[in-house]
Amino acid sequence: MRRVAVVVFPGSNCDQDTADAARAAGSDAYLVWHRESDLRQADAVILPGGFSYGDYLRSGAIARFSPIMPAVAEHARAGGPVLGICNGFQILCEAGLLPGGLMRNARLKFQSRPVRVRVEAADTPFTGLYRPGEELEIPVANGDGRYVADTQTAAELEARAQVVWRYVGDNPNGSTNEIAGICNTGRNVVGIMPHPERRNAPALGGTDGARIFLSLEAGHATQLAGAVRAGGGHHAGV
Amino acid sequence: MAAFRIEVRVMPRAGLLDPQGLAVEHALHALGFRETSGVRMGKHLVLQVDAASPDDAQARAKAMCDRLLANPVTEDYQIAVETV
Repeated sequence: MRRVAVVVFPGSNCDQDTADAARAAGSDAYLVWHRESDLRQADAVILPGGFSYGDYLRSGAIARFSPIMPAVAEHARAGGPVLGICNGFQILCEAGLLPGGLMRNARLKFQSRPVRVRVEAADTPFTGLYRPGEELEIPVANGDGRYVADTQTAAELEARAQVVWRYVGDNPNGSTNEIAGICNTGRNVVGIMPHPERRNAPALGGTDGARIFLSLEAGHATQLAGAVRAGGGHHAGV
Repeated sequence: MAAFRIEVRVMPRAGLLDPQGLAVEHALHALGFRETSGVRMGKHLVLQVDAASPDDAQARAKAMCDRLLANPVTEDYQIAVETV
């Protein structure tokens, strides 16, 4: 069971759903208020969706200076898994933990509806249980969802296979290269625009998002098994 | 120390789609202002800053823009310093 810290900013509104989705996947999920400076021995950190600081100035621009953010950056630097969903993705970009940025949707309208995305990278802590190329239906809910990166950054993202999810058929916000989610070069920091916590149970219309949270637990189990094998059968206490 | 009035103009980077500017342009066309093109929409911030000199105020404002007021990936900014 992994300890998953879900950070709550003023204006976050998907924090409880995200913690519930992590719990449903078997994680020990708990909320951490943004004024705290300690992630309380988190194995993984999730920045949830919402409208931190009312999206004032730019989405995520003020939240990135919250007192908890140095701990998130340190966790990321140490290789710990970090997932930013929607506003969390915007915060990770503003914080420089992911490249690029998110701008106003090309069609201006707030887009709140299911979209199709293709899993492009299954080698992140949040996508291990998906097949590369698999298509999912997960809802978006954003006004500033247009992923933008300069030509060189976009080319590097493609060359290093850092595009984790891509919109299929319909690009709801005009994102560069149909990008719906990316990871950093270390592949431990991941951002996604659609909301997987809104598709993790049949009652919510589908389960396509569930494996994002299950992958985290499965990766942990694999790590433990690897440690047991490496230690000649003795638990290494990872 | 003196007080300076600083105006910061933040604009979506040239070449990036500015859907707000485009929507305003379409509205202007609909109203008959057909001579209008290239509408871009940004932000205008006004700050009061205490600094030793106009150069100092300018340097502080630049640091503010680089850290918070503008996103270096998506926006450009201009700073104007005025003695109050």
